[in-house]
Amino acid sequence: MTIDAALDFGPATHLTCRACGERYPLGAAYACMECFGPLEVGYEIVAPSREDIAAGPPSLWRYRALLPVPSNIAELPGLHPGFTKLVRADNLARELGMRRLWVKDDTGNPTHSFKDRVVAVALAAARELGLNTLSCASTGNLANAVAAAATRAGMGHVVVIPANLEAGKVITTAVYGGTLIAVDGNYDDVNRLCSELVGDPLTTDWGFVNVNLRPYYAEGSKSLGYEVAEQLGWRLPQQVVIPVASGSLLTKVDKAFRELGDLGLIEPTPYRVFGAQATGCSPVAQAFRAGIDVIRPVKPDTIAKSLAIGNPADGPYALDVARRTGGAIADVSDAEIVAGIRLLAQTEGIFAETAGGVTVATLRQLLASGQLDPEAETVVYNTGDGLKTLDAVAPQVGPTATIAPSIDEFRAALGG
Amino acid sequence: MTISVRIPTILRSYTDGVAEVSVEPTAPTLSATITALEDSYPGLSARVLDDQGALRRFVNVYVNDEDVRFEGGLDAATPDGAQVSIIPAVAGG
Repeated sequence: MTIDAALDFGPATHLTCRACGERYPLGAAYACMECFGPLEVGYEIVAPSREDIAAGPPSLWRYRALLPVPSNIAELPGLHPGFTKLVRADNLARELGMRRLWVKDDTGNPTHSFKDRVVAVALAAARELGLNTLSCASTGNLANAVAAAATRAGMGHVVVIPANLEAGKVITTAVYGGTLIAVDGNYDDVNRLCSELVGDPLTTDWGFVNVNLRPYYAEGSKSLGYEVAEQLGWRLPQQVVIPVASGSLLTKVDKAFRELGDLGLIEPTPYRVFGAQATGCSPVAQAFRAGIDVIRPVKPDTIAKSLAIGNPADGPYALDVARRTGGAIADVSDAEIVAGIRLLAQTEGIFAETAGGVTVATLRQLLASGQLDPEAETVVYNTGDGLKTLDAVAPQVGPTATIAPSIDEFRAALGG
Repeated sequence: MTISVRIPTILRSYTDGVAEVSVEPTAPTLSATITALEDSYPGLSARVLDDQGALRRFVNVYVNDEDVRFEGGLDAATPDGAQVSIIPAVAGG
């Protein structure tokens, strides 16, 4: 197989089917011609040193030697997300009776969710492949990220969302201009539509970041694993809790941890991976509990819309990771999600969106059930910003008191 | 009985590049529709079904916009005029 010499995907050399191993040249392809299995990026990585990485830019591009992007990626127009804060969460740890807890806070990205990372890598692929329009099926965060990144890069964009998304996510996409199509249906309907559009002449020069560019896109999530290891001083945490929608993020954090060990950048110490879902859309958690490896799709009904994928593409692989590492996939109710958002806000000053509420609530549940060890160093991933899902907490929080501008009323409001 | 079937890009080598084909199955089920597809486009069913004759893990099939896994899988009803879509499953997220 030959690779088009004009394409610069850095260390990436080919695509390979995760299910049957068939190899393909790098291109806008995502499903195996033989078995429909998911295609993944294959590499010939020259291991960078810790010093090489630390000398890189303060973005996910410090790990460009491990991603399918050209070496000059940091100089090309883009949002350059990543290298977000790893917050030591002593207050939340105390509240939950844990010894050492960290929050990887990805609200610090340009459009306030981890989706900026995956889009950055997909954008690089779109540019290499000569595509002129960036597109996606989105539950909201991805819509923001695609619209903003395409705009910065001078590329057109067409974003497709379910019509019932939170206003905060619709506005924060539409503001960038371009085309925003709201579909009467749920996310799985939108995803099916985009999958069918990929084969249509209408979209010949389009890159759907999570369809025909998905192999590249998904690799962007590895940076959430690399960063945690680097920020902990080049070592792995003992436990991680990660929200599960398609399951891709969870599998890529695991991949990142294993790669770092294989490349000799860290000591390959054992870790356990836990996944978090909302009960109203918990096909992966249900399969985990049932001890089966087939995901039965569900019709989502939860306030955690960013996790509301009833037919999760990487569900089977997320199950594999949780089982292989001795972790678990669990789920929490909408009421627990809201409580989780408030707990994180009130202990650490971090306002998470509903997905973060799912993760914190699942952390609490797994501690209570004894599946998660309170003595083991743990990282939870907060993947999105609460400002986008205000409706979730609006009924429960508000001013302590509304008063006239007088000291007496102020004193009374404080209970004095 | 006529059923319309949308063919994904990666299977169009079996249909001379045609994106949508019509077949006339002998029974109103997805299973019969796939048999009819195989009769017209030999080799296609082995791409959609595994060695045990079940739908492959990474294929989604829809009948009139409904995922067949909610409708009995290969036993899903395909009434006259139904629209069947075959789509790679690994997308989204």
